[in-house]
Amino acid sequence: MGASVQERGSRPTPEVSRTMSTSSREMSARAGQEPATTVGDITARDPVMTVRNANVHYGETHAIKDVSLDVGRNEVIALIGPSGCGKSTFLRCLNRMNDTIESARVTGDFRLDGQDIYDRSNDVVMLRARIGMVFQKPNPFPKSIYENVAYGPRIHGLASNRAELDDIVYGSLERAGLLDEVKSRIDEPGTGLSGGQQQRLCIARAIAVNPEVILMDEPCSALDPIATARIEDLIDELTQNYAIAIVTHSMQQAARVSQRTAYFHLGRLVEVGPTEKIFTNPSHKLTEDYVTGRFG
Amino acid sequence: MADAGNRSGTAPPISGGVTRARVEAGLRRRYRRERRFRLYGLASVLLGIGFLVVLFATIIGNGWSAFRQAYIRLDVTIDAAEIDPEGTRDPGVLSVANYPALLRAALLEKFPEASGRRERRELAGLLSGGAAFALRDAVLADPGIIGTTRSFWLLADDDADLYVKGRLPTGDDGEGGRLSSAQRGWLDALGADGRVELRFNRAFFTSGDSRDPEQAGIWGATKGSFFMLLVTILVAFPLGVAAAIYLEEFAPRNAWVDVIEVNINNLAAVPSIVFGLLGLAVFINFFGLPRSAPLVGGLVLALMTLPVIIIAARASIKAVPPSVREAALGVGASHVQMVFHHVLPLALPGMLTGAIIGMARALGESAPLLMIGMVAFVVEIPSGPLSPSTALPVQIYLWADSPERAFVERTSAAIMVLLAFLLVMNAAAVWLRNRFERRW
Ligand SMILES: Nc1ncnc2c1ncn2[C@@H]1O[C@H](COP(=O)(O)OP(=O)(O)OP(=O)(O)O)[C@@H](O)[C@H]1O
Ligand SMILES: [Mg+2]
Repeated sequence: MGASVQERGSRPTPEVSRTMSTSSREMSARAGQEPATTVGDITARDPVMTVRNANVHYGETHAIKDVSLDVGRNEVIALIGPSGCGKSTFLRCLNRMNDTIESARVTGDFRLDGQDIYDRSNDVVMLRARIGMVFQKPNPFPKSIYENVAYGPRIHGLASNRAELDDIVYGSLERAGLLDEVKSRIDEPGTGLSGGQQQRLCIARAIAVNPEVILMDEPCSALDPIATARIEDLIDELTQNYAIAIVTHSMQQAARVSQRTAYFHLGRLVEVGPTEKIFTNPSHKLTEDYVTGRFG
Repeated sequence: MADAGNRSGTAPPISGGVTRARVEAGLRRRYRRERRFRLYGLASVLLGIGFLVVLFATIIGNGWSAFRQAYIRLDVTIDAAEIDPEGTRDPGVLSVANYPALLRAALLEKFPEASGRRERRELAGLLSGGAAFALRDAVLADPGIIGTTRSFWLLADDDADLYVKGRLPTGDDGEGGRLSSAQRGWLDALGADGRVELRFNRAFFTSGDSRDPEQAGIWGATKGSFFMLLVTILVAFPLGVAAAIYLEEFAPRNAWVDVIEVNINNLAAVPSIVFGLLGLAVFINFFGLPRSAPLVGGLVLALMTLPVIIIAARASIKAVPPSVREAALGVGASHVQMVFHHVLPLALPGMLTGAIIGMARALGESAPLLMIGMVAFVVEIPSGPLSPSTALPVQIYLWADSPERAFVERTSAAIMVLLAFLLVMNAAAVWLRNRFERRW
C-alpha cells in the first residue's frame, strides 16, 4: 500500500491531462495483474436474470470485463464499487439502455427468465416494461406530476379507464412516499419538485408499470435520511414481488437493504456473496480495502 | 492513509500569504482588462443602434407623409345636359359619361382667369385622374344629385399633393418644373380658401398598384405576399420538420446520410436568385404553372426556407436533453413514442422560432420573385394563390424604380409596412420562445 501511495503522490503533473485511451490502456494493464475470476458464488438460488461473460466497450474504453452474475427473484442485490468502475454500465446492460449509446458495444449472454434479452425475437419495449429503471440523476418528464406517473401505464394500456389510472398513479406515489407532499399539486410540473422529491417521483414512475425487475442507480444519493428510510422501506416491500438491483455508494444502505452484494473494481466483478459476508468477512483484498474505507 | 498521501503530494507549493500577494498584484490588471472588454462590447452595440436609428429615421422621415394625402374641395355642378342628356338615369349611360368635363367646369368656375389651352390643362392637372371616378361613384350611388351643385372633396394629383405637403422643391419652377407657378398659385388660393386638406391616405392601404402615385396602394402586394407565405409555410414547415425528425431520429448513420446533411447545409447558403431560376425551370417551364402567381412564388420560397427550417428543427431536437429520452425509454416507450410524446413537444418552440425566422426572410426576399414574373405591373388585387400579383419587396423595388417623385415617399412608406410585418413576425418568434420556455 505504501508503495502505491508513493507512486500516486509523485506523479508528474502532465499525467493529469492524459488522453482517455491512454488511461484506459493503463487501466487494463493494471487489471491484468488482478484475478480474472470473481471470488464468491455468482449464482442466485432462484435467478430471474442471469448474465454470463458480459463485456462492454465504449469505443476504446473497456468498461465491463467478463462479468457473470445472477439476479435472484425476491432479492435485492447491491452493486458497490469506486466511482467509474462500471456499476451503472452493468445496470444499463440489463434493460438494454446501452443500446441508445452509439459508442457502446455490449457482448455476452443476458437472460431474463431463461430468454436471451439481446435476441432478435425479444422486443426491447417489452423488456423495458418488465425491467424498470430509476436513473442516477432524477429525470422527470417536463409534464405534470400526474402525467409523469401515468405515462407508463398509459402507453402499455395497463388501465382501462380513468379511475383505474388514478388508482395506479396515486398508489404508486403513495408507495414511493411522495403522495402526501404532492397531493395538492398533482397537476403541477414534476420538474418543479425538489431533487429528492423528483427522485421519488421517478421511483413512482418506475413502479407504476409494475415491472418484474427494478434497476436502481443510486436512488437515494439526493435524499435526506428520512426520505432514504422511506425508500428503503419501499425496497423491502417490493422484494416480496420483485427482484431489485441497486447501485449505492453507501455501505450502510447496501448492508440494510440487500441480501447479496457485488463489488466491482475497474470494470471487473471482484467479489460477490451474501451481504453479511462481504461486509464482515470479505475474501478479496480489494473488497476488504473498499468496505473498510481504505479505498476510494 | 491513501488520502493523506494524495493530499500531501498535490498540495500547492506556495503558502497562503504568497498567494494573496500574487493575486493582488494581478487583480488590477485583470479588472482593467475586463473593463476594456466591456467597453468594446458597449461600443459595438451603440454603433449598431446608431446605424439602426439612422436607417429608421431616414425611412420614417421619407415615408411618414405618404400616409396622408391632399384632397381639394370643389363645388361641382352635376350638369344633367353633360352626363345624362336624355334624362333616362340609365346606369349604363351614367357610368360612361364625361365626368372629367364636370370637374374641368368646376375648376374653371373657381379660376375663370385660366383661359389658354395650356392653362386649362394645367388647371385640370391639379386633380388626380381618380377624382372623376370618385364623382362617378357618387352619382351612381345617388342619381338624385344630378342637376344640383354639390361640394366634393376630390383627390389631388401627386405633384399637387407633394406641393401641399411642402415636399416639392421650390427650385424647379418654370419650363421643366413639375408644377407651374400658375398651378402653385391656384393651390395657394385654394388653400387660403380652406379648400385643401391633408387626409388619412386610405387608398394606400386598400388599393393595388397604379401608374398614378396618388392612387397606388400596397394592398395588392400585401395580399400577394400573404398568399405566398401561406404556400411557403404549408409546404416548408411540414416537409422541414419531417426531414429533421427523420435525419435526427431514424436515419441510419452512413455515408448517404452524411452527404444529405452536407447538402442541406450547402443549400442554406445558395443565393436566393438561384432558387428563382430553379422555380422558373421546374414549376413554370416543366409543370406549366402560371407566371406571376403567388403559388409559384410560395413554392420557390419554400425551397429556399426548407434548409433553414431543417437546420433549426434539428438543432432544437438535438437540444432535448438525453435524460428525457432515457426516462421515456426506461418506462418502455418505443422509439417513435419517445419522439412524438417527449422529444417533439420540447423541440416544437425551437422549430416554430426557426420557421418564423425563415418566413421573415422569405417575406423580405425579392430576387427569386423577379425570375418567376412576380415583378409584373398588376393593378388588380389578387384573389387567390393563382391570380397574378406582386409581393411587398417587389412592389418596393418597382416603386423605387419609378420616375414619379411622389413614389419616393410611397416607397419609404411601403418599406415601413414591410418592416412592421417583419418586426411583428420576429416578436412572435420571441414570444413563442418565452411562452414555451423549456423548464427542466
Ligand atoms: N456514454 C459513455 N461513453 C464513454 N464512456 C463511458 C460512458 N459512460 C460511462 N463511460 C465510462 O465507463 C466507465 C464506467 O462508467 P460507469 O458510469 O458505469 O461508472 P459507475 O461505476 O456508475 O460510476 P459512478 O459511481 O461514478 O456512477 C467509466 O470509465 C466511464 O468513463
Ligand atoms: Mg453510476
